[in-house]
Amino acid sequence: MNNLPNYILEHLVIVLIATAIAVVIGILLGVIAYWVKWAEQAILWLVEIIQTIPSLALLALLMIFFGLGNPTIIAGLVLYALMPIVRNAHIGLTGVENHLKDAAKGMGMSRLQRLVKVEIPLSFPLIFSGIRISVVNSLSIAVMGVLIGAGGLGFPVYRGIQTNNMEMILTGAIPVVLMALVFDHLMNRFEKKLMRS
Amino acid sequence: MIRFESVTKKYGKKTILNKLSFEINQGDFVVLIGPSGCGKTTTLKSINRLIEPDGGKIYVDGRDIMKENPVELRRKIGYVIQQIGLFPNMTVEQNIAVVPKLLKVPKEEWQQRVKDLLNLVAMPYEENAHMYPSELSGGQQQRIGVLRALAASPPIVLMDEPFGALDPLTRDSLQEEVKKLQKKLKKTIVFVTHDMDEALRMADVVIFMDQGEIVQMASPEEMLQNPASPLVKSFLGKHLNNGAVLLASDVMKSRVLKVHREMQTLQSVELMRNRDVNSLIVINDDETYAGTISIERIKSAGKAGTQIGGLLTMEAPVVQVSDPAQSAFELLMESPTGYVIVLHEDQTVAGLITKTSMAKAMGETLWGGDAV
Ligand SMILES: Nc1ncnc2c1ncn2[C@@H]1O[C@H](COP(=O)(O)OP(=O)(O)OP(=O)(O)O)[C@@H](O)[C@H]1O
Ligand SMILES: [Mg+2]
Repeated sequence: MNNLPNYILEHLVIVLIATAIAVVIGILLGVIAYWVKWAEQAILWLVEIIQTIPSLALLALLMIFFGLGNPTIIAGLVLYALMPIVRNAHIGLTGVENHLKDAAKGMGMSRLQRLVKVEIPLSFPLIFSGIRISVVNSLSIAVMGVLIGAGGLGFPVYRGIQTNNMEMILTGAIPVVLMALVFDHLMNRFEKKLMRS
Repeated sequence: MIRFESVTKKYGKKTILNKLSFEINQGDFVVLIGPSGCGKTTTLKSINRLIEPDGGKIYVDGRDIMKENPVELRRKIGYVIQQIGLFPNMTVEQNIAVVPKLLKVPKEEWQQRVKDLLNLVAMPYEENAHMYPSELSGGQQQRIGVLRALAASPPIVLMDEPFGALDPLTRDSLQEEVKKLQKKLKKTIVFVTHDMDEALRMADVVIFMDQGEIVQMASPEEMLQNPASPLVKSFLGKHLNNGAVLLASDVMKSRVLKVHREMQTLQSVELMRNRDVNSLIVINDDETYAGTISIERIKSAGKAGTQIGGLLTMEAPVVQVSDPAQSAFELLMESPTGYVIVLHEDQTVAGLITKTSMAKAMGETLWGGDAV
């Protein structure tokens, strides 16, 4: 049990790395879907499809490329995290009021400047909401990592199941639930603040 | 400065701009006016390439804008959009400084510029620069929208109904501010409105549009004097009877007694007695004005059995229908006959101005009612 803080830390690190990567890729895909008309439906469809693949199957598939260990679970988390981020970024960017887009264009901003100075800032509350959903999902999905040799809170849960040790299962599961609740709450508060301003 | 050469824009089968051609000179305050949907915004957006026409050419500063980089073109043209469109994620200062920053103007310079501009509209820098648009009143937002368009000192500024949703007082003062700014900074301004008051007050040149075509392009004075169509007239509405531009035709009575010059003197005396008048307007065979004849004149010079044609006098003052009512009024006061003849351009008689007709028209102008 004295390993618990380590498990928690490792679990967190895995989720945060995955989230960071997902945010970058997700916003990028969201922007492409917004900018490139013909790619729009394809991208939205793709991230939706990924979401429906069972996690065991996805991890097994990823293991072929990333081998055993943390990189595989991180890759898996990234793929699952994409959908809410991409979708919210796309909705946010397309939803920026047309007259503001016209104003930005009329002031002489290039497409990239419009994106960075106006469109992303204005859709940030929505994008952030997507990130919150991803983080909460990832915290629980990360438990699966133990099956492909990754660290984190999946280890005590798995060991508990194998040895039929309820106490051990709970020492893994409870921190996961608590972390999900705490993140959800804090990010929700921040999100409300963003929406208000 | 800005030249349209048969510019056409279509959405599907619908023609929005129909071979639009006009030229705007440097330093002019040009107002685009017309009914909703006539293509004013489309015309404006064509100038900074927010909309690209399907046909024709647009020149700014002598250069075909389709051959220019649109982003650079737009930075040289100030733009106030119909919906104000301040960026909600930026402070007042950041909003105003958008274009100077894009143009890489040094910070000290644009900051000074923001201060100067805010002073110009009586919104001190310290109190306002760091506010967000949502913290400002509608009038203040519109001011900032105008300042943002002026910040980089563009030679051309496009304004799309910039004072649309303002109360009359704020609107008046903003109109004055913008007009002053334009004169002081010698900008070429293209201004869209559907408020004729605003157009007449601000414009050097008014372009009246309808269904994607120009109905009339003229100075406010010219438009008031010669509205090109009933639609223009209806837009001018109450301004048409404005005392300053009341015309001779507005104060005359048009049902007047005219006789031919071949009439016998006796006959004409009879007619005058019947109608209780002491003179007649005489016309030639081709209906043009010949002169007047009075009872006194016939009595002193006429012999029985002659035609009045030989006895005519030209003592009655004559004005044209389009002459200002004011000069007709002055002639009327000095006239020995007590009336003034009003002629059409082809010299036929249009009517007669008497003290009664003049008073009637003035009363109607002052207290309402249709002009004579
Ligand atoms: N993107 C578009 N697709 C199809 N039709 C359009 C589009 N934009 C404008 N129109 C049509 O073009 C016409 C002219 O529009 P425009 O915005 O130039 O009018 P306007 O004179 O500015 O009117 P308002 O006084 O209401 O602002 C309208 O009939 C409008 O419905
Ligand atoms: Mg419009």
